[in-house]
Amino acid sequence: MDKRNGFDERLRQARAREGLDRAPKGRGDLPQGPWGIGLRAGVEVVSALGVGIGIGFVLDRWLGTWPWLFLVFFVLGSVAGVLNVYRLFAPRPAGVQGRDRPGRDMTDGGPDGGR
Amino acid sequence: MAVEGKTIDALSQFELSPVLGIFGHAVSFSQSNLFMVVAVALTWFLMKATADRGAMVPGRLQALGESAYEFIQGMVRDQVGDEGKKYFPFVFSIFMFVLFGNLLGMLPYAFTFTSHIVVTLTLAAVVWVSVTVIALQRHGTHFFSYFFPEGAPTWLAPIIIPVEIISYLSRMVSLSVRLFANMVAGHVMLKVFATFVVLLGGLGAVGPFVAAMPLAVNVALVGFEFLVAFLQAYVFAILTSIYLHDAVHLH
Repeated sequence: MDKRNGFDERLRQARAREGLDRAPKGRGDLPQGPWGIGLRAGVEVVSALGVGIGIGFVLDRWLGTWPWLFLVFFVLGSVAGVLNVYRLFAPRPAGVQGRDRPGRDMTDGGPDGGR
Repeated sequence: MAVEGKTIDALSQFELSPVLGIFGHAVSFSQSNLFMVVAVALTWFLMKATADRGAMVPGRLQALGESAYEFIQGMVRDQVGDEGKKYFPFVFSIFMFVLFGNLLGMLPYAFTFTSHIVVTLTLAAVVWVSVTVIALQRHGTHFFSYFFPEGAPTWLAPIIIPVEIISYLSRMVSLSVRLFANMVAGHVMLKVFATFVVLLGGLGAVGPFVAAMPLAVNVALVGFEFLVAFLQAYVFAILTSIYLHDAVHLH
């Protein structure tokens, strides 16, 4: 009984340390109203597009290839914007990440030991 | 002020001008800088008042400081996990700076320094660079696997990697634009409706009655702006913690 309790406690601590236990609903969530979601999605698209356009523009001016890199990065920026919005709605893979890379942090000597 | 020649001048409230006389001119110390200093000083005084007393039954100031502290502490713990404890001072400083910046802007004659993209972009850049440095420190070169998810077909790499890099860079932009746009939009709306009050108020006998409508809107807007001031500081802090979570627990 005592051992079992100790295991549960250690499991809970380990899960908390790895950030696997998501917060209970309500606290620590982004605002979920329709306006909040809509504005966030808009900002995500525009900012990704802006970054893409900016990179393309700067690279073009540097390499003198106007307008080809601009066009390429325009498309890449749009894709990144869509990806951002997808990530906004897709559930974050909090429960899966531990299983994908078993013991990754342990083999690295732990998060603090690795430095 | 807002009304000059019966036009609506909503943007002049964001113009910078030197303060503190000759000293301000010499080092270009604008009212934006002044309110940043005020925000830091207020945060410092609040925290000092909270920590000095340390009463078992907190007074009003201490309760305010403690609730702010525990709010952010809980948020960082929930989002980042126990590893996030050492990043709490960072998130808390950013939260208090943005919160006081937004709230100071609600005072009459005050300047909202979070309504300048330079300020919010710098804040977001600080967050972005710190998060990247933390991720590199903790995971080394493994950090770069963030830009190419495991199991994706290799021939897609030329598309996925630039897209992921742009997506990662756009965090900084979206973080800053969100705060900046919210503050600017709110203050412009306040100014526009306040100008309506003055313009309509001068319409002779019916003026004061018509002007009551934009005044009512403005009263509601002020309440809404207080909500936005808190909400945007909260969103800035929680996105910082979410990015910290991604940096600490790379996926």
